[in-house]
Amino acid sequence: MVRLKNIEELKKIRQEAQKDLLVRTQTGTRIIVGMGTCGIAAGAREVMHAILKELETRKIEAHVETVGCVGMCAKEPLVDIEQAGKSRVRYANILPENVPKLIEEHLVKGNVVHEWAIGRVDARKIQ
Amino acid sequence: MRELSHHILDVLENAVEAGASTIKIHIEEDLRADWMVIEIVDNGRGMNPGVIERVFDPFYTTRETRHVGLGLPLLRDAARRCEGDLDIQSEPGKGTRLKVTFRRSHIDRAPLGDMPATLLAVLLSERPVDLEYSHKVGTEEFRFDSSEIRKELEDIPLTHPRVRGWILQTLREREASLSNESRESQ
Repeated sequence: MVRLKNIEELKKIRQEAQKDLLVRTQTGTRIIVGMGTCGIAAGAREVMHAILKELETRKIEAHVETVGCVGMCAKEPLVDIEQAGKSRVRYANILPENVPKLIEEHLVKGNVVHEWAIGRVDARKIQ
Repeated sequence: MRELSHHILDVLENAVEAGASTIKIHIEEDLRADWMVIEIVDNGRGMNPGVIERVFDPFYTTRETRHVGLGLPLLRDAARRCEGDLDIQSEPGKGTRLKVTFRRSHIDRAPLGDMPATLLAVLLSERPVDLEYSHKVGTEEFRFDSSEIRKELEDIPLTHPRVRGWILQTLREREASLSNESRESQ
């Protein structure tokens, strides 16, 4: 089972997290990574990992979620970024080495990276 | 797929799509008998016999977003290349049990790879799911149960940035110590 030291750390995290949870769920950023067979084979898990690492390095708190195949298998790995008050942008064929630039431009500077963006997404439909 | 943990992620995603709320994953590496066994049991909606017959057909899939389903045929081929096989049993309304075996030292057996990243990818799924994971190498065993963590966290979700970092770090530490201990005991 999980070691005691880790459980103590977890309790501390819970106490700290309770304070800021409400704020983040209301104004948060969501990053969604496609994790179907097509995505996994194209490196989606590694892209997810690169995103988590980049967010941690830059101290950006964003929700990261995985979803199944959306039917655009040739465009995998797919990464959608959704920010409160803005439409969701879908990026295609993202590799782990693209992640720092994606985070820097989209999340830090607020620019859509047009060379990788393939559209704006309304629920599961491309507009 | 370059690692067995990629195949495992694929099977786990199938279970999530099937509506499972709990998925059990057991990996056993028997160093003496030279076998590696991976078992994945979910409590999703299951499949009727007609569907099971067709899961190895690459042109069959239950999804509507595309028309091919390559996951299970790829995994069965990987196992058969290594003197192993894949067995799948399922009952509608109860769930699905998948067992895949490999000759552990077979030259074509892919490395297990990054299991912590695979488990985290599923825990970050948009549909909440709990994982009961155990990995045994020789006589050493490591267990991880996400429902225990959920209980400890009360109203904080597993997907919280601080929590997901903690999960990944904990899994990495335990997987690393497992491989060190098993190497020393060989």
